[in-house]
Amino acid sequence: MPDILKAPLTVEFPFTRSLGPVQSAFLTGLRERVVLGVRTGDGRVLVPPVEYDPVTAEEIRDLVEVAPTGTVTTWAWNHEPRRGQPLDAPFAWVLVRLDGADTALLHALDAPGPDAVHTGMRVRVRWAGERSGAITDIACFEPYDGEPGRLDGHTGEFEDPVTGIVAPARLDYTYSPGRAQTGYIHALAERRLVGERCPSCRKVYVPPRGACPTCGVATAEQVEVGPRGTVTTFCIVNIKAKQLDIEVPYVYAHIALDGADLALHGRIAGIPYDRVRMGLRVEAVWTEGARYPDHYRPTGEPDADYDMYKELL
Amino acid sequence: MTREEAPGEREIAVVAFAQTDHRRTSEELSEVEMLMPVLHDVLGQTGLKTADIGFTCSGSSDYLAGRAFSFTLALDGVGAWPPISESHVEMDGAWALYEAWVKLRTGDADTALVYSYGKSSPGSVRDVLTRQLDPYYVAPLWPDSVALAALQAQALIDAGHTDEPALAAVGARSRSTDNPHAQLRGPVPQGDYVVRPLRTGDCPPISDGAAAVVLAAGERARELCARPAWIRGIDHRVEAHGIGVRELTDSPSARLAAERAGAFERPVDTAELHAPFSSQEVLLRKALRLDDGVAVNPSGGALAANPIMAAGLIRIGEAAARIHRGESDRALAHATSGPCLQQNLVAVLEGDPR
Ligand SMILES: [Zn+2]
Repeated sequence: MPDILKAPLTVEFPFTRSLGPVQSAFLTGLRERVVLGVRTGDGRVLVPPVEYDPVTAEEIRDLVEVAPTGTVTTWAWNHEPRRGQPLDAPFAWVLVRLDGADTALLHALDAPGPDAVHTGMRVRVRWAGERSGAITDIACFEPYDGEPGRLDGHTGEFEDPVTGIVAPARLDYTYSPGRAQTGYIHALAERRLVGERCPSCRKVYVPPRGACPTCGVATAEQVEVGPRGTVTTFCIVNIKAKQLDIEVPYVYAHIALDGADLALHGRIAGIPYDRVRMGLRVEAVWTEGARYPDHYRPTGEPDADYDMYKELL
Repeated sequence: MTREEAPGEREIAVVAFAQTDHRRTSEELSEVEMLMPVLHDVLGQTGLKTADIGFTCSGSSDYLAGRAFSFTLALDGVGAWPPISESHVEMDGAWALYEAWVKLRTGDADTALVYSYGKSSPGSVRDVLTRQLDPYYVAPLWPDSVALAALQAQALIDAGHTDEPALAAVGARSRSTDNPHAQLRGPVPQGDYVVRPLRTGDCPPISDGAAAVVLAAGERARELCARPAWIRGIDHRVEAHGIGVRELTDSPSARLAAERAGAFERPVDTAELHAPFSSQEVLLRKALRLDDGVAVNPSGGALAANPIMAAGLIRIGEAAARIHRGESDRALAHATSGPCLQQNLVAVLEGDPR
């Protein structure tokens, strides 16, 4: 058994989210250095604010300003900040109940060390230099021993309110395809196509995934298939994918490799797109130095009889 | 829902349970390759084949794998042809079990296969779990799962419910298990702070693993298992998404779920708690009114092995297995999801009187 393949896999996406009236007011307020909460039916003030009362589920819109000063309700010392977290140097995670609020906001507290932090300590907002209408407009909290912050009685009405946020997310993985697919990929690099035979129903699956989906049992017996096969069905692609260096239109097809009991996908080239047909005989083409087939091209053999591949459609 | 509610309703039992040996990494196996032996094991215990199963339900998360619809590949291990009746929850398998239990209660099926799996090894679990948080106010700060648990632990310490030595004792007791499937067994150094006040020993190992159970209704359960673990009640509850809205030193949702599952009607002898952090066990013991006479997490719990998305189902399976073996007569099983015990599921399991 060759070494199991591994490769880095990064999943990265800028989530674009629209804001409702309450979230919009709160995040616009942060941009303008104003902290807003929302009052519930029973008079509690929630910061950060939400659009529905967590107790009654009633819609709530009654915005109230709270102070940028508050009290730590609990904390945790983070000696090793991770990517994306508010501060690069060690800091405390804190829940802060701002003066005028009944609930607590999660953020970071810039403090010299854990001995300088305790539940009940007074803190104030440190605003970010550049603010765009996001929770990160609060750079962090900092220790503060003065009076509660002053309120201007802001109503939550702003010119040019923020209506959405873009929240980039990135997660890093090390992808491993497991035993069966590793074997398949290794074989491709040697210009061989291999499937695995089910010990129960004897079907040959390609690419193999280690299990027979019909029988629910492990497959292990490797079987060489192809390199020739038959187009069982196809479609004509007319839209060019980003970062894909293939001219449209082109044909994407299901190909039943000789000896396989399942068709796999592949691109058909070496023939005008409008002449590809069911039953066309094709073979895999590896380009110079490639570890996997670039496409399939016609072999020049007569077309396969429909009866020969109808079970593989 | 307790059994008093509807006369003549179907009784449902866990009749078989299987799990992997949980490990830090199983990179040599794809998810279906990891899962399949567990499926064969659990079906083998009952003599059932895929075709005999009335309903199949699974739990997993694409975020662990970093791939969309990753659960569809795992279906190959079940044998989904000819077509089967199947469903999936993007949650711990305990919630898949809840769905299967509902399905059996309706009379649509007599047996159900429930499985779940999680491979944490490909990614960084602490970072991956940040993506389940409020996307507007919390996720952009990337507070990792240990940080959020640590905030709750500090709140418990400040309230006088526990202290660091007591937390260390929870971890040590959990890992003193003789469970052969556990990833961490025996003495493990309490270690340095991960996020203070939680140390390595207060945190779960990062695990790859899978689990499966078979449920059966009424007489079918008695045919398949010498001593079925009857689900006398099961319920799950959720709290506000915002952790600053919640009372972090209590778990009202766990208590309510337990009450609705009938847990407080009579004492239990065993409790399998899904508490990935030592501080959460302290909290759950209080919320679920478990006194020192109850065997809590004899399996080692999530502090000994924590395959995410399977760890909750394993609690139900471990509780049921103790009833199967005659080591328990009435057990409580608990599963959680979300930061700081946001969601909680409680099931009460009983064996027939001996
Ligand atoms: Zn088969």
